Amino acid sequence: MVDLDQRLNDWKEFIAKRKEKDYFSDFGPPHYANFLPPVIKKNYGKWKYHEILKCGVLKHVAENGDAIYSVRAASPRLLSIYTLREFCDLADKYCDGFLRFTSRNNVEFLITDESNIDPLINDLKAMGFPVGGTHDATAGKYALSNMVHTQGWVHCHTPAIDASGIVKAVMDELFEYFEEMKLPALCRLALACCANMCGAVHASDISIVGIHRTPPLVDDDGVRRMCELPTTVASCPNAAIKAKPKEKTVEVNVEKCMFCGNCYTMCPGMPLFDPENDGAAIMVGGKLSNARHLPTLSKVVVPWIPNEPPRWPGVVDVVKKILETWASEARKHERLIEWAERIGWEKFFEKTGLEFTQHLIDDYRVTPYQYTSYRATTQFRW
Amino acid sequence: MSETPLLDELEKGPFPSFVKEIKKTAELHEKAEKEVPVMAKGVLKQVETSFRDKITHWKHGGIVAVRGYGGGVIGRYSDLAEEIPEVAHFHTVRVNQPSGWFYTSKALREICDIWERRGSGLTNFHGSTGDMVLLGTFTEQLQPLRDELAELDTPFDIGGSGGDFRTPSCCVGPARCEFACYDTLEACYQITTEFQNELHRPMFPYKFKIKFAGCPNDCVASIARSDFAVIGTWKDDIKIDSAAVKEYAGQIDIQAEVVDLCPTGCMSWDGSTLSIDNANCVRCMHCINKMPKALAPGDERGATILIGGKAPMLEGAILGWLFVPFMEMEPPYDEIKDMVAELWEWWDEYGKFRERIGETIWRLGMSEALRVAGVDAVPQHVQEPRNNPFMYFAKDELVHSDIVKEFEKRGLKLKGEAGEED
Repeated sequence: MVDLDQRLNDWKEFIAKRKEKDYFSDFGPPHYANFLPPVIKKNYGKWKYHEILKCGVLKHVAENGDAIYSVRAASPRLLSIYTLREFCDLADKYCDGFLRFTSRNNVEFLITDESNIDPLINDLKAMGFPVGGTHDATAGKYALSNMVHTQGWVHCHTPAIDASGIVKAVMDELFEYFEEMKLPALCRLALACCANMCGAVHASDISIVGIHRTPPLVDDDGVRRMCELPTTVASCPNAAIKAKPKEKTVEVNVEKCMFCGNCYTMCPGMPLFDPENDGAAIMVGGKLSNARHLPTLSKVVVPWIPNEPPRWPGVVDVVKKILETWASEARKHERLIEWAERIGWEKFFEKTGLEFTQHLIDDYRVTPYQYTSYRATTQFRW
Repeated sequence: MSETPLLDELEKGPFPSFVKEIKKTAELHEKAEKEVPVMAKGVLKQVETSFRDKITHWKHGGIVAVRGYGGGVIGRYSDLAEEIPEVAHFHTVRVNQPSGWFYTSKALREICDIWERRGSGLTNFHGSTGDMVLLGTFTEQLQPLRDELAELDTPFDIGGSGGDFRTPSCCVGPARCEFACYDTLEACYQITTEFQNELHRPMFPYKFKIKFAGCPNDCVASIARSDFAVIGTWKDDIKIDSAAVKEYAGQIDIQAEVVDLCPTGCMSWDGSTLSIDNANCVRCMHCINKMPKALAPGDERGATILIGGKAPMLEGAILGWLFVPFMEMEPPYDEIKDMVAELWEWWDEYGKFRERIGETIWRLGMSEALRVAGVDAVPQHVQEPRNNPFMYFAKDELVHSDIVKEFEKRGLKLKGEAGEED
């Protein structure tokens, strides 16, 4: 039996102790028990099952019959404090002030009185925050959840594409799949604005990743002012950067560069942006849950689509085409990778109409992790 | 004529719009009492410019920090500072989120009030690593901002960045999920608190992430997005409520949708009874996901640890490799704390600059990492045994032959011999 009140007291004592120091620091996150609704405190670790009342509304039932309802609304992740305050107003009105956010950046309102669900949904819709994004595994009906993504042009210094703009355009186009559970299986979408992949692009069903296609154009003066030569040279996985110690700068063997941008992260004098050549690659077939098929890395199926702000029609079309081809062909519970492997990748390209090019054949020889026999799943026998 | 014709296009459509959020902030922040300009106005101008130019206008950060901390603040400057002085500085502050991303309206409002006075009023709920992200402020606001967050009734501390222990995160766990095989929220809280020094003062070769998932569904993507993934599992039999199975039989085709999709074929269904050959179950969760009222993880619960998960930068993406098949997960989590500390010490010593621990393990060998952590090699570590015979043997594994003696005589030290590293 977990005693959350005891944990909360321990946390308060810990904070009080830290406050005795001259400078109150290193006290960590507030203990979560500060923020749990009473029904959760009472049934912590004692949930028995859940069901989906309708798209966007989950009901969790405890061993003693207590229930909590979670109403899930979409969010652009980038939120104004003025919107957050409105979320707080709704939480006060319907949920005694309790709310949470999900790992896919949705907001969830935690309700104990079932009659509050529909009024809350109406208020959220009126605010422009539609409810949805859940799945009912029992019924085998799945909605599209929010797209995990990165900062792009809103805040990042290394992006090859924007993030929020593309996500907005894609989610608008696929909105019906967010609001209704009509996909055959989970389909996780992700976007990362460069190969650093702050979004989970490398293990999602359909994902978009920003790529550069031209080598860094060395800014000698920038290298002299802001960079260390050894770390800049060492940053290249392909050994394409050579120091020119006399001139206190570097040169790039442009034939060896595969445009990862790691040198630019290390050295501002190595910019590799080209508005006309930067763009998006599309990857598919990754998954990280251990259910059925092993967790798997995403695979590139479209090498490059140009940046087309403000609404990236080329990217949107490809994502929609892949999603809808899969959705119409897959069996119940069959995720994209399970479907692609069942029919074969040749058929994947045939059915989606995507062109297979030599770019889709791996030639990045630095590290053959993918051939390792290390086990990369929690699936094993005792 | 609008000043942001391109961004205006992204106000259209049914999905919530980040442009609306920025515009709303620009309008309402104007009237607020604050120590900064209306930064959101500058963001609109700058992002509109990026949409036109198809390139970012943010520059490298440089070092900005608050007293006593080396990480948690991401320095950011505009390369259009002269034209858009509102965002000349646009530093981001990562605030360590509570486990499971639970909040009260009171706590959120207090944060909003501080951020309205000290920053842009723009946020991310949440950043990719899990932190609450306060998006954009000026250098001189950072210290007062940190201090005011620390002075709240429920104080908030800042998170990690750079080559440090990044802010851990966890799934909703036992707070609202029947699948949780251990207490993800408490484990995340305790391990975050234990390693505050490593979290706030970057001293590692590169970033190190830990994520806590309550079951193999892995809702926090720990296997792909953390160097050290703690995924709930169990050792005994799946619990079956036969009456509830029968109820499901009225709604779904148990043979086709459950039994036939089991990856090891360890289930059978005769129309009235479901049986599971648990010795052959690999705990993938499909059947439990499908019939949560009828099936549940067993009672002997703990976690599987996987190591090395990361994105492609730099030497390719890794899905975490199995490291410890089963670890008990009870407070105060000493076993996990000790193991993490030992691995850090090793990685700190042998890892190259900007090399994630997975890459170090690949370069130096999994056997080495297992030895450092005191984990015995077991069949669960591999999907299949190696397919090449190029194995290292230590001197104590060899027959003390004449040839070996000759090596000794010549002073050539064999692997594992005293004098060899470690």
